[in-house]
This record gives sequence, C-alpha cells and structure tokens, in this order.
Amino acid sequence: MTPTTPVGLHRALDAIWRAPRGIAALSAVNHSVVGRRFIITAFIYFAIGGVLAMLIRAQLARPENPFLGADAYNQIFTMHGTVMMFLFAIPLIEGVALYLLPKILGARDLAYPRLSAFGYWCYLFGGTIILVAMVMGVAPDSGWFMYTPLASSTYTPGINADVWLLGITFVEISAVCAAVEIVVTVLKVRTAGMALSRMPLMAWYLLVTAAMMLIAFPPLILGSVLLEMERAFNWPFFDPERGGAPLLWQHLFWLFGHPEVYIIFLPAAGAVSTLIPVFARTRIVGYAWIVAAIIALAFLSFGLWVHHMFATGIPHLSLAFFSAASMLVAVPTAVQVFAWIATLMRGRPQMSLPMLYLMGFFSVFILGGLTGVMLALVPFNWQAHDTHFVVAHLHYVLIGGFVFPMLAATYYWLPLMTGRLPVFSVSKAAFWLIFLGFHGTFLIMHFTGLMGMPRRIFTYESGLGWDLPNLISSIGGFVMAAGFALFVIDIVLQTRFGRRFRRNPWGGTGLDWAMPTPAPSYNFASLPLVTGRDPLEDNVRLGADIAAGKGYLAGAPRGEMETLCVDMATGEPEHVLLLPKNDYTPFWMAAGLAVFFTAFLLSAYWVAPLGLVIATAFGWRWLWSLGAKSDPALIDAGQGLRLPVHFAVPSVPTLLGLKYFLAANAAFYGSLLFGFLFLWTTAAGWPPQFLNASPVLIAGIAISLAAAAIFATLARRSNSREANGARMIWLAGSLAASLAGLGLLMGLAIMDAPPPDTHAYAAITMAIIGYVILHTLLGVMFAAYTLARCRAGFVSSLRSTDMRGTAIWQLYTAITGIGGLALIILAPGGLA
Amino acid sequence: MDGVAGQRNAAVKVVISRVSGGGIVEYLGLGRVGLRHLALPLLLAPALAGCEGALSALDPAGPAAQSIAGVWWVMLTGSLVILAAMMGLVLWPFFKRHRPVEVPEKLWLWVGALGFPLIVLAALLAWGLPSGQSMLADRDGQVYTVEAQAAQWEWTFGYPDTEEVTQGVLHIPAGEPVDIAITSADVIHGFWVPRLAGKIDAIPGTTNTLRIFAPEPGIYEGMCAEFCGLEHATMRFSVVAHPQDEYENVLTAELNAEARP
Ligand code: HEM
Ligand SMILES: [Cu+2]
Ligand SMILES: [Cu+2]
Repeated sequence: MTPTTPVGLHRALDAIWRAPRGIAALSAVNHSVVGRRFIITAFIYFAIGGVLAMLIRAQLARPENPFLGADAYNQIFTMHGTVMMFLFAIPLIEGVALYLLPKILGARDLAYPRLSAFGYWCYLFGGTIILVAMVMGVAPDSGWFMYTPLASSTYTPGINADVWLLGITFVEISAVCAAVEIVVTVLKVRTAGMALSRMPLMAWYLLVTAAMMLIAFPPLILGSVLLEMERAFNWPFFDPERGGAPLLWQHLFWLFGHPEVYIIFLPAAGAVSTLIPVFARTRIVGYAWIVAAIIALAFLSFGLWVHHMFATGIPHLSLAFFSAASMLVAVPTAVQVFAWIATLMRGRPQMSLPMLYLMGFFSVFILGGLTGVMLALVPFNWQAHDTHFVVAHLHYVLIGGFVFPMLAATYYWLPLMTGRLPVFSVSKAAFWLIFLGFHGTFLIMHFTGLMGMPRRIFTYESGLGWDLPNLISSIGGFVMAAGFALFVIDIVLQTRFGRRFRRNPWGGTGLDWAMPTPAPSYNFASLPLVTGRDPLEDNVRLGADIAAGKGYLAGAPRGEMETLCVDMATGEPEHVLLLPKNDYTPFWMAAGLAVFFTAFLLSAYWVAPLGLVIATAFGWRWLWSLGAKSDPALIDAGQGLRLPVHFAVPSVPTLLGLKYFLAANAAFYGSLLFGFLFLWTTAAGWPPQFLNASPVLIAGIAISLAAAAIFATLARRSNSREANGARMIWLAGSLAASLAGLGLLMGLAIMDAPPPDTHAYAAITMAIIGYVILHTLLGVMFAAYTLARCRAGFVSSLRSTDMRGTAIWQLYTAITGIGGLALIILAPGGLA
Repeated sequence: MDGVAGQRNAAVKVVISRVSGGGIVEYLGLGRVGLRHLALPLLLAPALAGCEGALSALDPAGPAAQSIAGVWWVMLTGSLVILAAMMGLVLWPFFKRHRPVEVPEKLWLWVGALGFPLIVLAALLAWGLPSGQSMLADRDGQVYTVEAQAAQWEWTFGYPDTEEVTQGVLHIPAGEPVDIAITSADVIHGFWVPRLAGKIDAIPGTTNTLRIFAPEPGIYEGMCAEFCGLEHATMRFSVVAHPQDEYENVLTAELNAEARP
C-alpha cells in the first residue's frame, strides 16, 4: 500500500534516496551529497590558499626579508593563485550550483547525478596531484598564467609546469562536466509550471555561467594540451625559433581567463540578487533587465581578453577597441547594481547577518569595478600593469565580487543544510575582522603598485617608499586571516549548537524554503505546480502541501527515483526522468583518468594509455546502464497527469547534454584552428615545409567521414520506421566507413605529414589531424556500441537515444574533420 | 656621428608636437581637452608629497609618465566620488528615516544604469586615451634609436653605428625623444622606467618599440616588469640621460670602458 501521510511519504522516499554510508559513500551520486563535497573541499582549498597568502605577506612585510628564497616564493605565489582560482573559486561555484539547483527548481536531483559525481572525483584527484607536488617541493612556479616560453621545458625543465598543466586539465574536466550538468538541468529538470520567465534569478545566473564555462574552458584546456605536448614531445607551438609564437599561449589563456572572472562573479551576483529582496522584504526590481544584463555580460566578456595583453605590443588601433570594449562591461554590471539599489529602496531592509556581508560586497566590489575601469584605459594600464596595483584590483574584484557574497550565501543557505541558525555575535566579529583586514591589506596596495612595486617579486630594497605600505598590507592580511578563522569557528559552532528553527527562517519566497530543514535527501515529497516567480508568497502553505503529497510524483510508489522534465520555455511537464541509483562507475572512471594523468606526469608514457583504457571501459559500462530493454508504460504522475519515461522520448536530456558537450568540444577545436591561423599570420617564416598531402588521400578521408555520418543518419531513420534489418546494415556501414576513415587518417599522419617536432606548422597540422583521428576512433566505438545495443534489445523506435547520439556524433566528426582538413590543404602548400 | 645628431634635431620637433597631443586624438577628430591641465595642479600638490621614489610612477619625470599620473589623480578623485555616491544610495534604505519608495524602474535603469556609466566612460576614453601618445613610436619621423635586449636576468643595450654594448645601464641624450627597440633572448620580460613612461614587454622573436623622453639629465631607474623566473626581482637597470652636447663623448667613453675587461 502506498503511504499518504507526510511521515509515510518521507519514510518511503528516504528509504530509496538516503545517502550511503561507510565505504559505499564512494558510490554516492545524489546532488546534495556531491554538492556538499564540492563545497567543503573548496573551502579546504581556500584555507590552503589562505595559508599561502599569509606566507606571501610574511615575506613581503619587510624589505630584504630572508624568510623565503626566490624559488620558494615563486612556487608559493603561483600555487596561491592557482589554488584560489582553480581549486577554490570555480569548484565552490560548481558545488553551490549542484547543491542548490534542484532545490530552487523544484526537482529531486540533477539531470545527470553520476556526471557530477564523476566531476567531483576528477576535481579531488587533480587537486591532490597538485597538492602532493607542492608538499614535495616541485609545485608549479611560473605564475598562475604560465606564460611561455618561461613555462616551456627550456626554462622550466623540472616537473613543476607539468604538474600545473596536467593537474589543472584534470580539474577542468570537472568544470566542463558541471557546465553541461547545469545547463541541461536548468533547461529541462524543473517542476511543473516553472516557465523560463518564472525561474528564480539564481537559476538564470547559473545557466548563463554554465554556458560561459562551456565556451571559456576549452581554450584553456587546449592551451594546456598544446603546451604539454611541447614539453613532453617537443612539438614547438610556442617556440619562436621554430615558427611558434609565445603570444599564442597568452591569447588562449586569456580567452579563458577573462570570461573566468565573470564565471566567478556571476553566481555570486546571483546570490546577491536572491538575498537582497528577501532581506528587503520585497520583490526584485528589474527582473528582465537583470536577465538581459547577464546575458549581455556573457557575450561581452568574450571580447575583452586582450586587455590583459595591453603591454605586449599589440597594434594601437586594436588597443583602443579593446579599451572601449573593456569599459563597456561596466554597463551591465551597473544595471545589476542599480537594480539592487532600487530593490533596497523599495523595501524595508534589515541589517541581518547575510545583509552585513552584502554591504561588504558592495563597498569592496564597487571599488574593484572602478579600478577595473582605470586599468581598461590603455595608457594607465601601461603604468599599472604587472604591479601591485593589479594585485589590489584583482583582490577587490575577487574577494569583493565573490568571497563576500559567498559568505553571505553561506549564512543564508547553511540553515537549509543544517537546520540551525547562526550564533550572531561571533559572526559579526568575523565580518568586521575580514572587512577591515581586507581594506587594510589591499587599499594601500594600489599605491604600493603605483610607487613602482611590480608583482611577483620575493624581495625589495629599502628606500623606494615601499616599506611602510607593505608592512601595513601584511598586518591587514593577518587581521583578515583571523577573521576567516573566526568565520570557520562560527560555522562549526552554528552547525553544532545553532538555534533550531522550523521552516523558512529568513522569509524566503523560493522553493528552496518550501522543504523541511535540514533538507531531506529527496528534496520534495511531491513536486509542486508553480504559478509565479515567488511560489512561497503565492501559497504560504506550499511547504505543507508538498510534504502531504499534494503535487506531482508524490512519494515513491514505483520504488524508482523520479523527477519531472519540462518543456524548456513553458515549464509544461514533458516526461519523467528516472534517476540512477548510487554507482561506483564515476569513481572508477575518474580513477582511470588519475592513472593516466599521473603516469603522464611521471613520463611513464607506456602506462598512461592503460589509464585511458580503464576510463573508457567504465565509460562504456556507464552508457550501457542507460535505458531499458522494453518500451516503458506511461507513468501516472498524479493530478491526472500521465507522462512517458525519459528514455522513450526524443527530447531525452542525454541528447541535449551531448549537444552541449559538443558545443564545448567545438570551442576546443575552434581554438585549435584559431591557433593555426594565428601562427600562420603572425609567426615568422611560415610555412618552412609543406604537408603535401596527396589529393586522393584527402578525398578518401572526406568521403569516409561523410559516409559515416550519412549512414548513421539513415540508420536512425530506419530505426524510427522500425525497419530493424536496414538499421543494422546502415550502422554497420557507418562503422565500416569510420574504420576506413581512421585508416586513411593514420596514413596521412604517418606518410604525408612532416615530423611534428620540426616546426610549429608541422606540430599544429598534426594536432588537427590528431583531433580528427580521435573523433573518428570514438565514432567507431559509438557505432559498435549502438550495434551491440541493438542486438541486446535496448533500441526501438521509441528508445532511440543510442541511434540519435551516434548520428549526432558522426555528423560532428564529419563536419569538424572535413572543415579542419580543408583549412590545412587550402593554406598554401597543403596539397601535393 | 653626424647622422645621429641630424636625426636628433629633426626628431625633437616631431616629439614636441607629439607630446602636446596628436595621433589618435587628431585621428579621432577629438582635439585637445583642457581639463587635464586644469585639474593637475589642484590635485597634485597635496598628494605628491608621499609619492616620491626612484621607481614611482607618481613621481613623473617625463611627459608620458606625467600625463598618465595626471589621469590617475583625476580618475582617483572621480572614483571616490562615485564610490561615495553609490554607498550612500546602498546604505540610505537602512536608516530609520527611510520610507519605502517605489523607484520609477524604467527611468532609474535607463538613466542610472545605462546613461550614467556610458557618459562617464565615453568621456574618460576620449580624454584619457591620448595621454599615452608620447610613448608611441612614430611611424614616419626618425628618432634616435637604441636597442634593449633582455635575457635572464640582465639588460643589454645597443647603440647605432657600433657593436659595443652596455649592460644594466642605458645611456640616452636628455631633452629629446629616444626610441627603444625592445626584444628578448629567452623568455618574456618587461621594460619599465616608471618615472619616464609606461611598460612594454620584451618578447623573443618580436621587437616592440617604446618612445621615452627625459627632459632633464639624470638617472632614472628601471626594472623588468614581467615575471621571468628566479632572479626576476633583481632584474633592474638604469637609464642615464646626459646633456645633449656631452652625450656622444660620454657614450663613447662608456662603451670603451665596458669593452675593457
Ligand atoms: C586571504 C586573503 C588573501 C591575501 C592576503 C592575498 C594576497 C596576495 C598577494 C600579496 C598576491 C601577490 C603575490 C605577488 O605577486 O608577489 C596575491 C596574488 C594572487 N591572488 Fe591573492 N590573496 C588573498 C586571497 C585571494 C583570493 C580569495 C583569490 C581568488 C579567489 C586570490 C587570487 C590571487 C591570484 C590569482 C593572484 C595572482 C598570482 C600570480 O601572480 O600568479 N587571492 N594574493
Ligand atoms: Cu579581463
Ligand atoms: Cu625579466
């Protein structure tokens, strides 16, 4: 019998959703668990980064300080920047997003719980590699942006730079996974009635952030791969003596690095937009303006990267352009700030604890924005660039625009996790220490920089006017550190001894406060129908209704983990998403990658592929576990609604995710082709030798790739016509065509292409060919997989995910492969 | 040596027109804006006291550094005003006397969030961008040119018509513009003499040109501004500006001294 009382529903749901304990915790995939792991790990890295910052400040406190030597200092500031940006800020955002999204969207979990679990393990393992290297004294030491040629093997011969390149790439896998996860979840996995226009602003912010991550991270990953290839195999992408260009690295890095700043800022701004109306007891002013502003910000932020390279000797007219464009980003930011002010004005705001931190945010962030505008002015930039002025600016932006809002968000949402409220007096003291310590450290640092102190120096002589400002900064730094320590103590106290409360302590109006606290493992006992932007305001009893099962998919009558998928725009329920049980696959897959990265790092190039084989095997197993062997019946979702199961509809989230992954992949490939064109147009002496590919070979490859795509599409069509014999033949055809293409590509790489270590032209041409080879190889595997799935009975006209996915993959491979080859042969000297 | 002197005389004229604003300003048809000259003396007086230093960009000794420092003081003042105004707006609603007011959304956002920043930023660009003009190497006028080559971790300077070089010290004539052709032998470094001009990177395989101008004879300290490895912190150099009539003799003497072991 299915239970109907709130307690009965809770018992039934908790029984299947509860987090596993003991060693089985490694198999947990639930978003609350994974999100919490991300958040806690990120804060641990924050503490590590903070300790490094204290070492920096201790060293700089006095002139000619014998405390640290140059080598140690270089490792420490590089690790400080790297840890803070890649192991603290980005993962914290991911964690907050993964933890909160289902709760504010009215869902029970994310679109792909296993993917975020996989991402977490990549983050943990990658971060561990970097930390271990630091403990062993071989941490990266070329600065957090790793400029070449300094980071090339000639000038950094040790393992240090490899640690950065491989470790960060490993961690960035988790960022790309999280980005796909977030985009698909926001677009599809919401509760009934939540149209795009009714989504909480936080969801908009995270959607835009994740979309930016999809495009921004690939250039960095590509840059890291190329530099690692240069270091490991002597492929000279960045070596000016062999046709490479050191500036190519800078372009790739900042193509990532600038959007990165907004990727960090936007979720924090989302928290601000969420908290301000709550504590002002009113609704946000300018919802549509804010959405438009953040979308504009996302686009603009990809057009500004050059402002990090103003001093590299770029032509002056483009400097003026990038100068103006950089200032323009201030506008969408101003829109948000003005909307927040108007919201405060219209309400009766209270200086409660999260609000106090938001005041810290305003004062610090606005100043950081203003110094940002200054730096965007080219002539001033030529003076301030690479000085402590920039160090001050970036901390005003990062700590103001990210850390302060995140602390506010912690105080706001921690009760949701713990069911307890803050111990006020400690929290307030922590705030003032952090706030005053912060300004003490960084305000004066603007002047230190303009007084001529460059960044990244481990020592300075007395008498340059730098002594006193540095001492002040160091004292401020330690005050701030004390503040953070107090913050940690306060959080521990709150978690242990905080005041218990019933629902909704702050009077929030979103679905996140429509659940009992601490939040139950399944979030919602039933999924509500949403009719406005503030569901809790529209129906004060919503929480009780949800708990009593007066919504969709009440309880767990089928023993399955279920949540709703909706139409992207309207929020109309479309199908039921059946979520996966706990699973060790993500852990083992990440472990396989860890073997790969560690082996590569230790130059054990013959062990590395073994790791990839392990990862691929588990990837295969993962895909194999999707779907079912028979067409599922419609599910009674309650309230008179009957819905299909996700794998039996064309709009299955899996395919959407594949498309977004391919968008990121295309950004990666686009960056590679950009590299080709960049080298071609700027590097000296191009090309020294030619590819001289035989036209027959090129034509053969193009035909094979095109045929593989066409056959896969025909197989998909046959499948939807239930022509099961034909679909097997077309699939086999696609497989054969991919195999043929693979063989021809190998021929091209081995016979026609010049040795990649001779010249950057040869190297980047080989990189493009390698990319196509990899995708064709995966195409072979996809086709083989789908053939096996058909034989095993997983595929029908309804359950067509595998078919569609293969067709999409083969099409992508054909387009990118033919496009890349066309670029190579159209460039002079390409064709024999 | 005759050629050098001739070059120099022609170039002095060029730079004088350059320093007083040309290039992009004229190019964009903006002409000169007088505010910089008004604001400078007012703002500089109190602030300058604590800003002296051999490497201080706020203690300018050449036209480029001078005009940028001026831009800085104006931007600083403007920023403080904006910060105060914004914080006033943010904090006002927390005061007891505050009554909830419905801000007219459209007007507020169009005027405040779009109009205000756009106007301020456009003005800043139009006025501020030209301030770096005098650092741009001229495309047509030939100027006395020296070479600076960075290498881990020292600077080597080369002069026209001679193979000899100086290390760590760059000799230039005072009172005339000098182009510095900057490159690197290994990793990326940065050439920066804060009291004279902004910085530009020294990149292997590329030559960047920076124009500096030291009105008075004297020693101007410089440093490597781009992180370049272990001894980056101490990769310093000096620019010595000599009176024009002494320059050639001094340079010859210095080069000879350097050449001797
Ligand atoms: C906890 C207080 C912090 C202090 C006292 C501090 C201090 C510093 C200092 C003094 C430097 C300059 C080192 C040098 O150039 O010689 C620096 C660099 C840097 N900091 Fe922080 N920092 C703090 C927090 C953060 C946070 C929260 C972030 C990011 C979210 C961050 C990101 C960076 C980055 C990216 C660099 C540049 C590293 C490089 O030059 O490669 N810092 N920090
Ligand atoms: Cu930027
Ligand atoms: Cu250097």
